[in-house]
Amino acid sequence: MAAQTRPKRPFRWHIGVFLAPAVLVYTAIMILPLAGTLQLSLFRSINQAQVFVGFDNFRTLFGDPNWSVNFWNALRNNVWFFIIHMLVQNPIGVLLAALLSSPRLRFSAFYRTAIFVPTILSFVIVGFAWKLILSPLWGVAPHMLDIVGLKSLFTPWLGKEQYALTALSLISVWQFVGIPMMLIYAALLSIPDEVIEAAECDGVTGMAQFWKIKLPLILPSIGIISILTFVGNFNAFDLIYTAQGALAGPNYSTDILGTFLYRAFFGFQLQVGDPNMGAAIATMMFLIILVGVCIYLFLIQTRLRRYQF
Amino acid sequence: MSTATRSLPRTIGAHAVLLTYTAIALFPVILVVVNSFKSRAAIFSAPLTPPTPKTFDLIGYTTVIGQGDFIHYFQNSLVVTVASLFFVLLFGAMAAFALSEYRFRGNTLMGLYLALGIMIPIRLGTVAILQLMVASGLVNTLMALILVYTAQGLPLAIFILSEFMKQVSDDLKNAGRIDGLSEYTIFFRLVLPLVRPAMATVAVFTMIPIWNDLWFPLILAPSEGTKTVTLGAQLFLGQFVTNWNAVLAALSLAILPVLVLYVIFSRQLIRGITSGAVK
Repeated sequence: MAAQTRPKRPFRWHIGVFLAPAVLVYTAIMILPLAGTLQLSLFRSINQAQVFVGFDNFRTLFGDPNWSVNFWNALRNNVWFFIIHMLVQNPIGVLLAALLSSPRLRFSAFYRTAIFVPTILSFVIVGFAWKLILSPLWGVAPHMLDIVGLKSLFTPWLGKEQYALTALSLISVWQFVGIPMMLIYAALLSIPDEVIEAAECDGVTGMAQFWKIKLPLILPSIGIISILTFVGNFNAFDLIYTAQGALAGPNYSTDILGTFLYRAFFGFQLQVGDPNMGAAIATMMFLIILVGVCIYLFLIQTRLRRYQF
Repeated sequence: MSTATRSLPRTIGAHAVLLTYTAIALFPVILVVVNSFKSRAAIFSAPLTPPTPKTFDLIGYTTVIGQGDFIHYFQNSLVVTVASLFFVLLFGAMAAFALSEYRFRGNTLMGLYLALGIMIPIRLGTVAILQLMVASGLVNTLMALILVYTAQGLPLAIFILSEFMKQVSDDLKNAGRIDGLSEYTIFFRLVLPLVRPAMATVAVFTMIPIWNDLWFPLILAPSEGTKTVTLGAQLFLGQFVTNWNAVLAALSLAILPVLVLYVIFSRQLIRGITSGAVK
């Protein structure tokens, strides 16, 4: 590049033309509604007019036991949902990626394609298919447990309060394990051969190589996966809705923030929908996600060591 | 490769783990598809065996095709997905080109503004989006869905595409400028064809959530004329809970198109992911 001595340039209209459509659609459909939701949470409709009420909706959400019990229940369930994903989905994803990336493994393209299949299916299919499989009516699950002699372990997991949420989390893990697998796989492939060869020269092979050389190098990818999991989990709705309905049964034991928002906004059975309370819940979800993303960006990402090759 | 890293037991172990997981991943899908071809009695008495001539039955499929207007739903889904995909790719590529090619004041800020949407889900704006659509009379039109999905797909598309566009050679573009090509021609004729693999990756990442979405069709376009296949399947399953043949057939019909598309695109997808931008 030559040293730039810039003459005064005419206004470059083409930059505006290139940017305008994306910026307009994005601002109008995404940013303004998000801002509108935050604003709506500060109003309440009284006699069909929107009246500014400050933080009253939030006071109702946290002060009124009708709302606060449900909110804390949904938040607690959501945290458990997230913990299961972190403890099960991501380690399995890393394990599968590590195995797939081992050199000269046969059929690796087949494994990769097959393991990613659940990820492309819609929640409707996944939720319903698992509901059928776990259903005591059909009996596939008890039948299969019987083959390995564990039939006594079977209970209708989705119908029992103490198991339903964990079972649904595991179904969600089953569906999404392909994403960490793919991203970690890509990260592992990008480790230069020289680094691995140097490790081998020093006698670091097998498991030790994975723990001491590869794992530190893919930590940034694991960080990104964690934050994607976090955002996805605290925004989840579809799986619970398709498998358990908007009431998130049994007895609200699988209620998470997404289903709680849906019920507050649209109402259900005995309760009328309330857009302002819905907006208040959406605002809380927004804040939770924002806090999580900030913790990641400022506390975790800055401490991850990055290696440049 | 040295023998230390390729011992036989290790290879067998790796295949065993991968095969086990592949079985776990595919089992529910295969189970549903296989049983959808069986008679009701056989579904319950022998769920794990493939259909024999005696138990083969298409009653489920005839019920589904007779009851739900699935061909129409399928068309809706196709229109929404293809149109949103087109706008995401076109607008996304244009914005990515502007951000990666030109230096102008506010460039970084604009990039950050557009990347905000990767972290914050559009779903949280639903309350206001619905009001907006009601105000503009777009409720129960496919246009509403197309607009929402375009906005939803843009941030990630711009992020990935601008990474790729930075790699397109400057010399090529400058040669074009010397030959008197306009900036628009350079973008459409020179740059776009070169980033086609990246466009395929973005297309897959954008397409799957749009095709599978239940939230926005349920809220913005639940009318009979605008139902998407995901919403249609959900409602159908709700009505026919006890008709197992119909439920299994509907599930199979919903699985197959996505599966076919995935198998067609999967090589592009994997190449796109492993070649760099999403790390």
